Amino acid sequence: MDLKIASVHKSFANFPALVDVDLDIKSGELVALLGPSGSGKTTLLRVLAGLEFPDYGAILFGGENMAIKPVRERGVGFVFQHYALFKHMTVLDNIGFGLSVRPRADRPGKTQIRKRAQELLDLVQLGELGSRFPHQLSGGQKQRVALARALAIDPRVLLLDEPFGALDAKVRKDLRRWLRELHLKTGTTMVFVTHDQEEALELADRVVIMNRGRIEQIGTTDEVYDHPATPFVFDFLGTPNVFAAHVDGRKVTIDGDPSPIETHSIHPAGAVDVYVRPAELQVVVSEKLGLGATVTDVQRAGPVVRMLATLDDGRRVELELPHASPDAGSYAPKQRIRVRPRQFSVFPRGGVPRIATPSAAHAAESGERSRA
Amino acid sequence: MTEKRIDHSLLDPPKLPFEPLLERNAVITEQPWVRWLLIGSALLFLLGFLFLPLVAVFTEALRQGVGVFWESLKDEDALAAIRLTLITAGIAVPLNVVFGVAAAWAIAKYEFRGKAFLVTLIDLPFSVSPVVAGLIYVLIFGAQGWAGPWLADRDLQIIFAVPGIVLATVFVTFPFVARELIPLMQAQGSEHEEAALSLGATGWQAFWRVTVPNIKWGLLYGVLLCNARAMGEFGAVSVVSGHIRGETNTMPLHVEILYNEYNFAAAFAVASLLAGLALVTLALKTYLEHRHADALAASHRH
Repeated sequence: MDLKIASVHKSFANFPALVDVDLDIKSGELVALLGPSGSGKTTLLRVLAGLEFPDYGAILFGGENMAIKPVRERGVGFVFQHYALFKHMTVLDNIGFGLSVRPRADRPGKTQIRKRAQELLDLVQLGELGSRFPHQLSGGQKQRVALARALAIDPRVLLLDEPFGALDAKVRKDLRRWLRELHLKTGTTMVFVTHDQEEALELADRVVIMNRGRIEQIGTTDEVYDHPATPFVFDFLGTPNVFAAHVDGRKVTIDGDPSPIETHSIHPAGAVDVYVRPAELQVVVSEKLGLGATVTDVQRAGPVVRMLATLDDGRRVELELPHASPDAGSYAPKQRIRVRPRQFSVFPRGGVPRIATPSAAHAAESGERSRA
Repeated sequence: MTEKRIDHSLLDPPKLPFEPLLERNAVITEQPWVRWLLIGSALLFLLGFLFLPLVAVFTEALRQGVGVFWESLKDEDALAAIRLTLITAGIAVPLNVVFGVAAAWAIAKYEFRGKAFLVTLIDLPFSVSPVVAGLIYVLIFGAQGWAGPWLADRDLQIIFAVPGIVLATVFVTFPFVARELIPLMQAQGSEHEEAALSLGATGWQAFWRVTVPNIKWGLLYGVLLCNARAMGEFGAVSVVSGHIRGETNTMPLHVEILYNEYNFAAAFAVASLLAGLALVTLALKTYLEHRHADALAASHRH
């Protein structure tokens, strides 16, 4: 079932939760809504489900307008962050609930409901736990039961609200992989909300990045990571180092760096901000390249070494080196180094596009990603 | 190379004197004599003001033997009072269950203007003297009241009749169910109902199959308190009843009449029924409190 959301607005009191949101989701796709809290991602999911109604705009499920239909007529499976299992029912009764509340005419018999519930329980690999009550399950098991319950009604689309938010890191990772497999197996269109960028990038076919009720960018993991459309997207996908720089044709000169960096793309001339990920900032040996800095802290974090340094002008930068790299162990606080970006994104200074020619301005606005 | 010196004090810490620590936790516990004084005075107070009167009710009721006790209860007027009390509670309690659930639902699940005012209003019967509650109805429905002439034209009697007693009782017992349910339903939120609706349940199905099981212990607890008060209410009912024997006398009113006639055995016999009701209520309440607390805790735990 493909979904189309067109010009959807929603505000609470005077707070605009969704502003002119357009989104197309293809049948069978697994899409992540990613953003900080208050960005409108959960509101968008609830509007899709029919748990909230948009102030205006259209929501199409395979061409049928759903914007004013209540949740029970939409045929969506909704999985809540805190599972919302019915605590007075057994696991099997929870899963069978959706079938047992159907109108008498198309309600399956009791034994059929039990059989279907057991099938779904097997699908989520909890086959033995049918007679347990929710309080006898672990968090990860509860979330799987909640998923099975949502799948029991053969939903047209499965919506998941921070499905792994309440689980610990290890369980979350396992469930993530498992959900990906489940998606491949069932082919159901799925939309999930998360504030965890790693989760979104690892799990989804496409990621929708939201900020203050608006969609900042829609794209595959590669697209949003390699070609962030806005400084916000870059910022949200990883703490960047920001340098002031000047552009002249293919040459990007970071203020304070004696030699310009040659890029493949052309940017409109003028002042820009250069965004660099910690892993893409490198230590250079030559005195004629890069910016002088003093190491302030070196910290091992699992497979990487994180290094903080202070530039000569007083600003702090962060570098990330793979622990396996030959020089990773050779840095210590107070050491003098020179740093230079290996790869970066260029955004017009202060986020305001400078107009050179319309097409060039657009190129700058969409944040051309440059390789040195 | 300097010789490594081993710090023996770390390897072998000095033996602590093996003395039993003081039995009491010094920070929060008083001296024994203070403790005994406090506990003793509390027990004496309970004995004198709660337990002895209760015992007195039953001893007075049975003072002239079980025969007289039964005779007093089988008296026609006494039976009428018991019947009226049951009827009143039988109407007031279900009404308040419906009102209470509806009010708690509205307050817990929706945001609307005037919500704080509604919550205050629900508490009004707790803060108003029952006599005033009774007078309100006399002023409205009494012969000289606002609706008096209109009712008289149609030969409808509310004051000094069963409807007035029921109204006054409903008023006085109004907060019990709502008060129990509001915090419970607020704590539970609406996620379970949303889940039920998303699975295709109608609002009615969601209410009976999800909401009611979630609130049942709190609801029973509220019903119990509501019932105890409905049967025991004196002040408000006294104002609107008119004290007509065999017709508008509830049990508490009947006790008063018998007592004023110096018919102590009969008065205490009926009073012992009310006291018995109180004891049963207390036992059930303790049990329900236990279950209700579990439900509240569970909804916090998730």
